Amino acid sequence: MTFLRRIPWGWLIFIAAFFVPALGSRYYTFLANDVVIWALFATSLNLLVGYTGLVSFGHAAYFGIGAYTTGILMKKAGVTFLLAFPAAGVVAALFAAVFGFFCVRLTRIYFAMLTLACAQIVWAICFKWNEVTGGEQGMPEIPYPSFDWVESVAAWVPGVGGYRTSEYFYFLSLVLVAAALWMLRRITRSPFGRMLTTIRENPERAEFIGVNVRRYELAAFVLAGAFAGLAGGLFGIFNRGVFPDFAYWTKSSEVLIMTLLGGMGTFAGPSVGALVLLWLNQQIVSYTQYWPLILGSILVLLLFVFPGGIAGAVEGLWRWTRRRAHA
Amino acid sequence: MPDPSFVFAQCLSGLTAAMFLFLIASGLSLIFGVLRVLNFAHGTFYMLGAYTTFQIVQWLGTGPGTFWLAALGAAAAVALLGAVVERFLFRHLYGKEELYQLLFTYALVLVLSDVAKIFWGTQQKSVSRPAGLTGSFSLFGATIPYYNLFILLLGPAIALAFWFVLQRTRTGRFIRAAALDRETLGALGVNVNALYTGVFVLASFLGGLGGALVTPVRTIVPGMDTEIIVEAFVVVVIGGLGSFWGTFLGSLIYGQVLSFGILFFPRFSIFSVFALMAAVLVIRPWGLLGRPLK
Repeated sequence: MTFLRRIPWGWLIFIAAFFVPALGSRYYTFLANDVVIWALFATSLNLLVGYTGLVSFGHAAYFGIGAYTTGILMKKAGVTFLLAFPAAGVVAALFAAVFGFFCVRLTRIYFAMLTLACAQIVWAICFKWNEVTGGEQGMPEIPYPSFDWVESVAAWVPGVGGYRTSEYFYFLSLVLVAAALWMLRRITRSPFGRMLTTIRENPERAEFIGVNVRRYELAAFVLAGAFAGLAGGLFGIFNRGVFPDFAYWTKSSEVLIMTLLGGMGTFAGPSVGALVLLWLNQQIVSYTQYWPLILGSILVLLLFVFPGGIAGAVEGLWRWTRRRAHA
Repeated sequence: MPDPSFVFAQCLSGLTAAMFLFLIASGLSLIFGVLRVLNFAHGTFYMLGAYTTFQIVQWLGTGPGTFWLAALGAAAAVALLGAVVERFLFRHLYGKEELYQLLFTYALVLVLSDVAKIFWGTQQKSVSRPAGLTGSFSLFGATIPYYNLFILLLGPAIALAFWFVLQRTRTGRFIRAAALDRETLGALGVNVNALYTGVFVLASFLGGLGGALVTPVRTIVPGMDTEIIVEAFVVVVIGGLGSFWGTFLGSLIYGQVLSFGILFFPRFSIFSVFALMAAVLVIRPWGLLGRPLK
């Protein structure tokens, strides 16, 4: 069964995802777009929680900052998406650098509390600064990026044009998220990424062998913040609006649940978690309004029965079948 | 400069808010001090206390004394729920990673707040002030409802009772010992499991009582749980996680910062409390009166 491991799953899924709008249902495209963006958000958190062992309870702050940055630039300043999107990552990274500078000085529960406090500061600013953020009402009607150029290309290349704007935006998110995930993958496999794992396993020992643990943790914090910001930038446009609750602490728990559901410390886990959770959400919301009740029950089940999440369960099953095959 | 009577009224309203917060935050701090767990569900216990009070008042009508009966009944019901949760679920997570414990308490928030929605819907509910405390009096030009005066007196009374139990009774000594070294205490023959359940029940009772007593002054709405828990976090972080008087001090600071913040910088009042929390965490992570964790 080792051939299963050789298949380039990432590429296959990426290519398959391009055919979602061809299914002909706007609903599937909507869901897929949602999943793609949350996959990036959850994976960025996993860099902190899963790889570095820093439990952040305020990761939504950077998601929110990214969403507001892109939203404000595109709606109020009329800046093109080409600049507004990277700006989301840059501004989120700047905030993450400032907050992270203080956060990484604390350990465990105090780290979690300070990340929560920082996120609430961001939320409070978004909630009250009416002139810039729209305050409690948020900022509706963020424009889509312009896709006119695609139409002009389509005049020359057959089979390219003819999609709705929301579908173009889905393709765009897909490409951007795939690129971001590829970068994150490179980061986790680089010597830098390995060092983060070492720090997670044993910070004291890492310190002893001469690693500047705080600096590494700060770098991971800033990177995670930047990618969360990029996800937020896409989400604001996808959601057709940016609202203060993007940065509220319950959002941070949602993305943590996603990461845990998929499986922490595995690269694909959070994306799987995003897919399963959002799909379940859509399914269940059509039957009952009590989605939090279901989500809470899933979470309890996860914590008590499958603490490794879906990836952990699959890995367990994989090992079990291997053992059966050898016996 | 606003006139003194207004400042006085503002100060009193901050104090009243502080006493409510103290009721809730003291339970949170107790659980953290002994069980070493941040309990997100504590805010939900507070909300359930409020809804249960509303329900009991509905059943009993508005005769004299029904409010007090309802408040105690609600607090007891929440305490019972706390016992069940601790005994059958929470206990199994003590040795596990902090993240699992945090997320478990968050799962409780999700489940219990939906259960409250199933029972009571999303319409806001209110409870009228108990008979005998409906009026108000004026002092230095500020109008003070009798009920607020009652809360202002009750807060310190509960603080003193709490302090007495922790410092002067046998059980209190065990609780303090469990906070320091659980294993040694167990080895000395104390039933630590029962003690933990007891602490959780006591904390839940306080949370439920806070929710019950807040009903005459605030409306009961879904979402009051996630709002109060963040405030309670701010309080215990400022005062010191697990520190009893720290929680009291934290509540007082929070109440004053918020009520004067609204007065002078209405835009930044919420911002200022979170900034204060962050500042305390940066300078003294263990809080103003807390001790560093080992």
